Amino acid sequence: MSFVQNQFERNFLVTSVDYVFNWARKSALWPLTFGLACCAIEMIASTTARFDMARFGAEVFRPSPRQADLMIVAGTVTLKMAPVLKRIYDQMPEPKWVISMGACSSVGGPFNTYSVLQGVDRIVPVDVYVTGCPPRPENLFYALLKLQDKIDRMSLVKRPTEVRLTENMLENFKRQIMVSQVRQPSEPLIRVQA
Amino acid sequence: MLSEELTQIPAISALAESYGAAILEGGLSRGEAALYVDPVRIIEICRFLKDEQGFSRLSGVTAVDWHPVEPRFEVVYLLQSLPAGQGGPPQTARLRLKCRLHGEAPEIDSVYGVWRGADWYEREVFDLFGIRFREHPNLTRILLPEGWQGHPLRRDYPKHGHKYDYGEET
Repeated sequence: MSFVQNQFERNFLVTSVDYVFNWARKSALWPLTFGLACCAIEMIASTTARFDMARFGAEVFRPSPRQADLMIVAGTVTLKMAPVLKRIYDQMPEPKWVISMGACSSVGGPFNTYSVLQGVDRIVPVDVYVTGCPPRPENLFYALLKLQDKIDRMSLVKRPTEVRLTENMLENFKRQIMVSQVRQPSEPLIRVQA
Repeated sequence: MLSEELTQIPAISALAESYGAAILEGGLSRGEAALYVDPVRIIEICRFLKDEQGFSRLSGVTAVDWHPVEPRFEVVYLLQSLPAGQGGPPQTARLRLKCRLHGEAPEIDSVYGVWRGADWYEREVFDLFGIRFREHPNLTRILLPEGWQGHPLRRDYPKHGHKYDYGEET
């Protein structure tokens, strides 16, 4: 896509194509079957007949990351699970989005302990955060609608994750994993951007 | 030195007869007996209790850390005898064995040879308390990821792990 970068931005052709692509992408999100804790129960409930996630075109939960484009991180992310989560995210084809569902995956929740990652945004770029412990299915739907709005503003001339993924994040992730494992750091770590 | 109540329990009186010197003290709490035994003779005692007294099931191995106190660690074995076992008591009986260990390189013999079920319990105690079990077939971490430093359930392990040592988080 780089050959059209900055050349046709916002002209009629690209915006029309954008409209079609964005409509197709936002109307058929394929979430990944990926539950880590009690939030997963609410995520499952939101797909059932009572709440019916299918109304928003996101009911096809895929067991394989290769077939999914939305990762709903539902639950506590432990430091042991963090590398696995990162790998699953990397295996998803682009364009891909992440919803951080609940307090635990957003900021670590009540578990400020030795084993819990304090926010999944330290290892993967998050598009929408959902509050709640656990959030009700309605909260998840609202996050889904917000994500659809966000997808609607995407443009073909930019890669969707271009802005969100940086080298810095990868290094930050490595540091997170190291944090629990080194008792006396030989050199002070550089403060990452706020 | 064991109280009257304790010696009325047949398994304990039999144990006291054969291994009286290895029983350091004993107590009865809410109808369940707990014996402090000599960690050096834990395998003999466990084998006796399993083979002669019908404690065919090891329902758990855990540990307690009394940090400033020495000996610091207490390894706890939760034993259960099932009525179907030959030579066992007529109904289910439970017995707790405790071994005190010093904080410097705590080590005890593995009871894997007596009950195979001790395998993962002992790995968990090793993982979280850092107590080594001699002769254990595969004493590696079971809950925490490989390469983790330290043992989080020790009382001198920082509550938040080591993540605040970096000045990165507030």
